[in-house]
Amino acid sequence: MYGDNDMNHDSTPDAVGGVATTTSRTIGVLAIVAMTWVLVSGLFLTPADINQGDAVRIMYVHVPTAWIAYLAFIVTGAASLAWLLKKSPSLAFDRVAGASAEVGVLFMAMTLISGSLWGRLTWGTFWVWDPRLTTTAFLFVTYIGYLAVRGLGGSPQQRAQRSAVIASLAVLEIPLVHFSVVLWRSLHQSASVLRPDGDVKMDGLMLFTLFSGVLAFTFTFLWLVIHRQRMLLMRDVVGEKGLEAAIRERRRDHGGVVA
Amino acid sequence: MKSQSTLRIARVVAGKDLQIEFRSHVVINRIVPFAALVMVMFAFALDDDLLLARVAGGLVWLATLFSLFIIVQRSFAIETADGALDALRVAGVNPAGIFLGKALALVVQLFLLEITLIGAAIVLYRVHVEPSSAVLLVTCMFCATLGLAFVGTIFGGLAAGMRGRETLLPLLMLPAIAPVLIGATKATEAAFNTSGMVTSEGWPWVGLLAVFAAVFGVGGLSAFSSLIEE
Amino acid sequence: MSDAGFIVLSYAVTGGSILVLVIVTIRRGRLLSRQVADQDKPWI
Repeated sequence: MYGDNDMNHDSTPDAVGGVATTTSRTIGVLAIVAMTWVLVSGLFLTPADINQGDAVRIMYVHVPTAWIAYLAFIVTGAASLAWLLKKSPSLAFDRVAGASAEVGVLFMAMTLISGSLWGRLTWGTFWVWDPRLTTTAFLFVTYIGYLAVRGLGGSPQQRAQRSAVIASLAVLEIPLVHFSVVLWRSLHQSASVLRPDGDVKMDGLMLFTLFSGVLAFTFTFLWLVIHRQRMLLMRDVVGEKGLEAAIRERRRDHGGVVA
Repeated sequence: MKSQSTLRIARVVAGKDLQIEFRSHVVINRIVPFAALVMVMFAFALDDDLLLARVAGGLVWLATLFSLFIIVQRSFAIETADGALDALRVAGVNPAGIFLGKALALVVQLFLLEITLIGAAIVLYRVHVEPSSAVLLVTCMFCATLGLAFVGTIFGGLAAGMRGRETLLPLLMLPAIAPVLIGATKATEAAFNTSGMVTSEGWPWVGLLAVFAAVFGVGGLSAFSSLIEE
Repeated sequence: MSDAGFIVLSYAVTGGSILVLVIVTIRRGRLLSRQVADQDKPWI
């Protein structure tokens, strides 16, 4: 009943409208345009760095995805806290929290992958116990736990309650983890936070491309969250309808009495 | 007065949990031996006396963490088995009191566990604890244990009654208690005078542990009611 | 793998994952929207 309701192919005659709206379409177009520009500029138009060479090109995808990954986490945390405090039955905040987490986990994975590829080129290793990298890895695992909790709830209200609490705990624990790791690493000689982009001299075009990258990925994030939280709403509606239909059937089978 | 009744409830709940343990001896008979066995396994895996002495601090707390999940799950399994937690909640018992009580019971059991593990480290890994370091060590244990107990009670309460909680609980808890592992390891190494640490260097790490315990203590007290409600 | 290989891989992984998620979202969205009446969709 709460299984994959997407496989139910009964169409409703009054389901004419789609998922997109003018707003989401505009954002989508902006995202595509900006992404294309970043792709072209990052790979071909911008100059190579004096120190790193062409490896610096990874920066144009790595830095924006990192930024979005943290933004998504903040959105999930804020929406979850808002849901906990608001106490109205509306699940809108919960859906935004869930959608933002789904997208955030993806962006975080991309951040870790592109980051380790960049590190391989600049530092020679795929991984260093740098506070930012380590905290990002922890954030990633925390997200996965959050999504796992969302995946096993019962009613939408229960799911919202549980995941909101988990997200709020995450808002507490991530700064603590970061602080601890910073302290931990400060004991070792490389006390400076290692950044592949630490010693990059950025000229005008590089800066502009980086900024466009942040913009492009932000638009992409917005489009994805808007669409995915609409998807969550529809999934909940379909699930409810399925429940009501099952109860009605049960009543019919038992002559008006729910066994 | 609200605060008086909270403490009273806490005492009653803690007393109940500890009595259950006292009658069944699960922690003493099964979990503590498991943890001691883990310490032995570390020796097999690492196979180097100098190395073992150096990392002894970390190993003690790793073994504690591995046992923590089992202890927490058991602490809430005894509640959900008879629906006792729901009964308490429905009866209007102050959730903060329940939180404090269960955390307190966890503190006692964890403390016993840690003493055993530190003893194991002294015997198996040949670390020494000078009398002057004992204060540091005990304070570290106390602050770390408080933090672990608070986190364990929060997540344990949340996971209680959820399907698949055995596999979910470690995944949820480990990121949260990483700071305790970092801080407790460093402070314990300072108390053992291993890894080039001097006893006085341990105190800032105890500070981290205290902050951690405070954050999750306050968090748990305020949030426990919404955690256990359905 | 050469420098260029790493760089292309980063862009491919990033762009590719986003593309896959966008396509999956659009398709699932279309499937679901056929099952949900317009009155239940707050954005219409």
